[in-house]
Amino acid sequence: MIRLLFEKTGNAVWISHLDLMRLFQRAFQRAGLPLTHTHGFNPRPSVSIALPMSVGVESICELLDFALDGEPVPCGEIRDRLNDALVPGVRILDVYEDGSKLKNLAWLDCCLTLEYDSGVPSDAAEKLGALFSRPSLTVEKKGKSGISEQDIIPLLGRLELRQEDQNTLTLLARVHCQNPALNPMQLLSAVERYLPELAPSFCRCRRVELYDENGNVFR
Amino acid sequence: MTDRKQRLLPTVQKPARYTGGEWGEVQKEKEQVNIRVAFCFPDTYEIGMSNLGMRILYGVMNEQPDVWCERVFAPWGDMEAAMRREALPLWALESQDPVKDFDMIAFTIGYEMAYSNVLNMLDLAGVPLHASERTGLKNIVFAGGVCTFNPEPLADFVDFFSLGEGEESTVEILNVYRRAKAENWSKERFLREVANVPGMYVPSLYTPVYEPDGRLKEIVRSEGAPEVVTKRIVQNLDTAYFPTKMVVPSTEIVHDRANLEVFRGCIRGCRFCQAGFSCRPVRRKSPDVLYRQATQLLENSGNNEITLSSLSTSDYKGLRELTDALIPYCEAHKYSMSVPSLRADNFSRELMERVQAVRKSGLTFAPEAGTQRLRDVINKNLQEEEILSTCAIAFAGGWSHVKLYFMLGLPTETDEDVLGIAELVYKIIQLWKEKGVNRKRGLSIRLATAYFVPKPHTPFQWEKQITPQEYLRRCKLLKEHLYSKCVEYDYHSPDLSRLEAVFARGDRRLGPVIEEAVRSGARLDGWDEYFRYDLWLEAFAKCSVDPDFYTVRGYGEEELLPWDMMDVGVSKAFLRRERRRAYADSVTPDCRHGCAGCGANTLLKEARCDD
Repeated sequence: MIRLLFEKTGNAVWISHLDLMRLFQRAFQRAGLPLTHTHGFNPRPSVSIALPMSVGVESICELLDFALDGEPVPCGEIRDRLNDALVPGVRILDVYEDGSKLKNLAWLDCCLTLEYDSGVPSDAAEKLGALFSRPSLTVEKKGKSGISEQDIIPLLGRLELRQEDQNTLTLLARVHCQNPALNPMQLLSAVERYLPELAPSFCRCRRVELYDENGNVFR
Repeated sequence: MTDRKQRLLPTVQKPARYTGGEWGEVQKEKEQVNIRVAFCFPDTYEIGMSNLGMRILYGVMNEQPDVWCERVFAPWGDMEAAMRREALPLWALESQDPVKDFDMIAFTIGYEMAYSNVLNMLDLAGVPLHASERTGLKNIVFAGGVCTFNPEPLADFVDFFSLGEGEESTVEILNVYRRAKAENWSKERFLREVANVPGMYVPSLYTPVYEPDGRLKEIVRSEGAPEVVTKRIVQNLDTAYFPTKMVVPSTEIVHDRANLEVFRGCIRGCRFCQAGFSCRPVRRKSPDVLYRQATQLLENSGNNEITLSSLSTSDYKGLRELTDALIPYCEAHKYSMSVPSLRADNFSRELMERVQAVRKSGLTFAPEAGTQRLRDVINKNLQEEEILSTCAIAFAGGWSHVKLYFMLGLPTETDEDVLGIAELVYKIIQLWKEKGVNRKRGLSIRLATAYFVPKPHTPFQWEKQITPQEYLRRCKLLKEHLYSKCVEYDYHSPDLSRLEAVFARGDRRLGPVIEEAVRSGARLDGWDEYFRYDLWLEAFAKCSVDPDFYTVRGYGEEELLPWDMMDVGVSKAFLRRERRRAYADSVTPDCRHGCAGCGANTLLKEARCDD
C-alpha cells in the first residue's frame, strides 16, 4: 500500500466522502496511474480514505491508501501527476510508502472558527473555557440506533481559545478520532446546548493534524 | 467572515451541486470576454449534467475565444427556499456570478413539464419573465431542445427559439449578437436579424388569431419574418464539433459515465414517437471516429464506464465493427461498456452477452402495446416471438428480472389490447417455468404502463388523448387480470401526462397558465415530491383555459396547428399517410427496407439519408 497525505479545502469541502472516493478513482485514471481492483463480484478500484469526514469540513491532513497495478512509479511523480489531474481544493501534499497502521491513529487536532456577526461577546472565551473544563459534558449523538447521549469530556484532549478579531473566536481542540470518535462539531453542539447565548452566527471546522495514542504526529 | 452563500451550503442537501469547480469546467477571465452566456438546464444538476446536448453546446460556445458559457441548474427545493429567504439571486457555477449579469440566457428544454422550471429559474435570477419586459440587449433569452418543435406555450417568455441541432447555428447566433453589441443595436433590430439565421423562430414576429370556438384561425407574420422555420441539422457527424474533454462532476449524477452518441435519427418510425420523426434524417458516425472519441473521452474524463447512445443502438450500421474494437480496449483497461436501447435481434443478444459478461442486469422490453394488431397500429415492429425467444435465452442464461413497458390509451385501443398485456406477461411466466435455471431466486417482472401523450410532428399529432378516468379504468382492468405474485405492476398517475399532453400541443394561451402556476409555487413538476396538480388546475381555472381543448378534443386534420410553422423535415402529407396506415393496421417498413418518403432527406445537402 502507498499512502497519500492530502488537503481538502475551498469548494472541495462540499464533496462527500463517497464522491471523494470516486473523484480520486477518476483522478488516478486521468493521471495514467492504474489502481489495483478488488477481487469481487463487482471489481472496484481499491482506494480507502481514513476517517471519513462530514460534508463542509476542511482538512489539511487527510490520508488515502491505494495500490497501483504494473511498474512502480516514484512517489514524487505520483504526487505531481495526481495534482495535475485533481480539482481545485484537493491537493496532494505528500506520497509515501510504509505509513503507520491506521488502527494506531487516535487523536486529531481541529480548529473551529466561531463567527459572531454582531461581535464576539466580551466574556465568551472565559465562559467557553469553563464549559469545556467541566468534569462531564453530554450532548446528543445521532447514531444508527437513534439518538443517544454522549459525554465529550473523556474524548477531549487539550483545548485552546483564541480571539482572532472582533467577530471571530477560534477554538483549537484535540479530540479522540477512533474507537470511540468525537465529531468536532459536537463541541459546537455543546455550546448551543449549554451556552445558547454564545451560539455563533456560523461555525467552520478544519482538521489540522493527526496523532497516535502517545501524541506523536501520525503519518 | 464566511459569505452568505457559503453559509447556506451546509444547510442543503448535496451542496456540491451549487459550487462548480469540477474537472474540465471552463474558466475564463470575465474582463477578457465579450459575450457571457448563462446556459440553463431547467432541472437539477444531476439530470442536467447527464444531458449530452448541453455538454456539446457548452463546448461549442466556449470554443469561441470571446465567449464564456457557464452552466446553471434548477436548485432543489431546500436551496430555493434558502435563496428566497436570503434574497440570493440564481448564479452560474463557473464564476458564481448572478445570472442577471449575463448577456445571453440560454435554455435547453427536452421535457414539457420543465416549463415551470424555466420560469422559476428566470424568477430566481431576478430577470423579468416576459420577453416584452426585457428591453435591451442584456439578458436575451433563447431556447432549444426537442420541446421547441412546438415552442408556443413559452412564446411570451423566450426571445427566440433555436430549432434542431445547435453545433453550427449556435455559432451563428453568437455572431449576430457580437455585431449587435459592437454596433449597439436595439433589441428589435437584433431579433429581426437573428430571425434571418436559418432555424431561428422569433415569436414576437408572429401573432396568432383564433376562431370564436378557440381553434387557431391564422398566424399573422411581421414583415420579413420567415413563413416556415426549418430545423437545423449537422450534415456530417464525423466532422462536426464534438468535445472529448468534458466536465466530470464531483458528485454523482444520473448517468455517471462517458456518453458517446453513435448516430442521429431513427429508421424505425414508431408512430407515437416524437424523437423518431423530429430527429430525422438518419446520419451516422464512422466506427473509427467513434473509437477515437471513445478512447479520448475515457482517458480525459477518468470515467470507467462508457455508454453507446442513440435512439436505437442496434440499428447503428457499424455496431459490430465498433464493438469488435471497443470491447477488447475496454477489457484491457477494466472499463465497462453499456449499450442501452438494444432491440431483441440476434446480434444484440450476442452483444448483450459480451458486454454484460460480469453483471447480469435485467432485461427490458418496451412492446408498448399488448397485441400484435395494436403494435402494428403504432408501427412498433416488435413481434411476440422475438420477446419470447429473447426471454428464453436469457432465462436459460441465468437472468431472472424482466421489465416491460407499455402505453395505455393508444389510438384504436380496445379492452382486448389491454388484456393482451396480461396474456404476454402470462406467457413469459410460463416460459420461465420451462427454461429458468435460477429457480430458487424466482422470476421478477416489473410491468409499467404510461398514459399515451400525442406529440407534435408524429402521425398521432391529431389524436385525442383518452380521459384520465378511462385511463385509470384500463389500468384497473389490467391489474385485475394479473394473477401472479411475481408481477409488480405500477401505473403512472394520469395527472402529469395530462399536463404533458396540454403543453406538447399547446398554444400561446398557455403562457399565462404557466406563469400563474409558477407564481403560486409550481416547479420541479417532474419530481413526485414537488409536483402539485392542484396548482395547475387552479391556474387553468383562473386563466379560463380548458385543458380538455388540448387533450381529449383532438385536432382536425385540416385545422391550423400551433406548430405548423415549424418544419422538422418530415412532411405533413407523410404524417397523414402514416395515420391512415395506422387506422388500417398496416405497418410501414423501416427506412432500410424501403423509403417511406417522409421528406427528411431534403434536409441533407450532399450525403444520402442513412448512408
